[in-house]
Amino acid sequence: MDSFPIIRVVTKLLIPYILLFAFYVQFHGDFGPGGGFQAGVILAAGLILYGLVFGLPALQQVAPPRVIEQLIALGVVIYAGTGIATMLLGGNFLDYEALKHHVLPGWLPEGQHLGIFLVELGVGITVTSVMTVIFYCFAGRESADGH
Amino acid sequence: MIAVDICILALLATTAVAVARIRNLWAAVMFTGIYSFLGASWMLILDAPDVAFTEAAVGAGISTVLMLATLALTSREEKPIKKFPVLPLLVVIVTGSALVYGTLDMPRFGDPTAPVHTRMDPGFIEKSEHDMHGEMPNVVTSVLASYRGYDTLGETTVIFTAGIAVLLILRKPPKRKTNAAFGQEQEGSHG
Repeated sequence: MDSFPIIRVVTKLLIPYILLFAFYVQFHGDFGPGGGFQAGVILAAGLILYGLVFGLPALQQVAPPRVIEQLIALGVVIYAGTGIATMLLGGNFLDYEALKHHVLPGWLPEGQHLGIFLVELGVGITVTSVMTVIFYCFAGRESADGH
Repeated sequence: MIAVDICILALLATTAVAVARIRNLWAAVMFTGIYSFLGASWMLILDAPDVAFTEAAVGAGISTVLMLATLALTSREEKPIKKFPVLPLLVVIVTGSALVYGTLDMPRFGDPTAPVHTRMDPGFIEKSEHDMHGEMPNVVTSVLASYRGYDTLGETTVIFTAGIAVLLILRKPPKRKTNAAFGQEQEGSHG
């Protein structure tokens, strides 16, 4: 897309705000609308926009396919791991009350807040990487008539 | 607001007809993107901003891109229909009438006595403030991630499984190195 300077410039201007909005939706989901899934798809949309305009190799430098493939599993591990952690701390599976701690009260989230933060993070990571991987799968294929 | 509602719904219906009628698949994909964006606006009017985010990002953004990528691999024109399809038309009419008939029994939009507002334990809204120790003003988040955290774990696993399935079916063999970048394919198909 070298021949579309307007698209390139506008994309470069927009992408930081798309990514910032994704992180806002992710980490502000406890207070405003949104959460892990919404943030994940917005982040992936930003990445895919970059790949569309600047080419697949450029995107694969930013988000290497091997790393993204492992992040798919990492998100689920974070989610389920939060559940296991609450069990190890003496609660039920995903019972965030067990996550109470007394380190820096008022500064670090604890209990329910910490649990929700962690599971939403897991959802966000999995959704972002699944969407990006699906894009890689489609965009990396050659056409059937070989052009 | 009524005028905006009617405008968006009319545009939704028009776009849907356009998608069905148009033979050029590239234009049809663009229309589905427009349809999703109108759907996102409609969700916003229905006070569901989180659904609107998802619809705008997935429907108008990612799935449009995926369909364009698929078009780059296949044909851009739909094959012309030789004879008028009678049976599909009948099936569509019967299904559509059944759906419209189903809406006749539904409560009016925003009705506070509707089952959806009374049958699901309304206590969530009252309990959430106390159960979350006042740290979680968004009840939707506390229901999805805490009260129903186990369901959401299942949903995340579904997304995980879907991603793995797409990888298994579509990923190229790792040894063969291709240089057909997506951007180049796009340019080629634009002509």
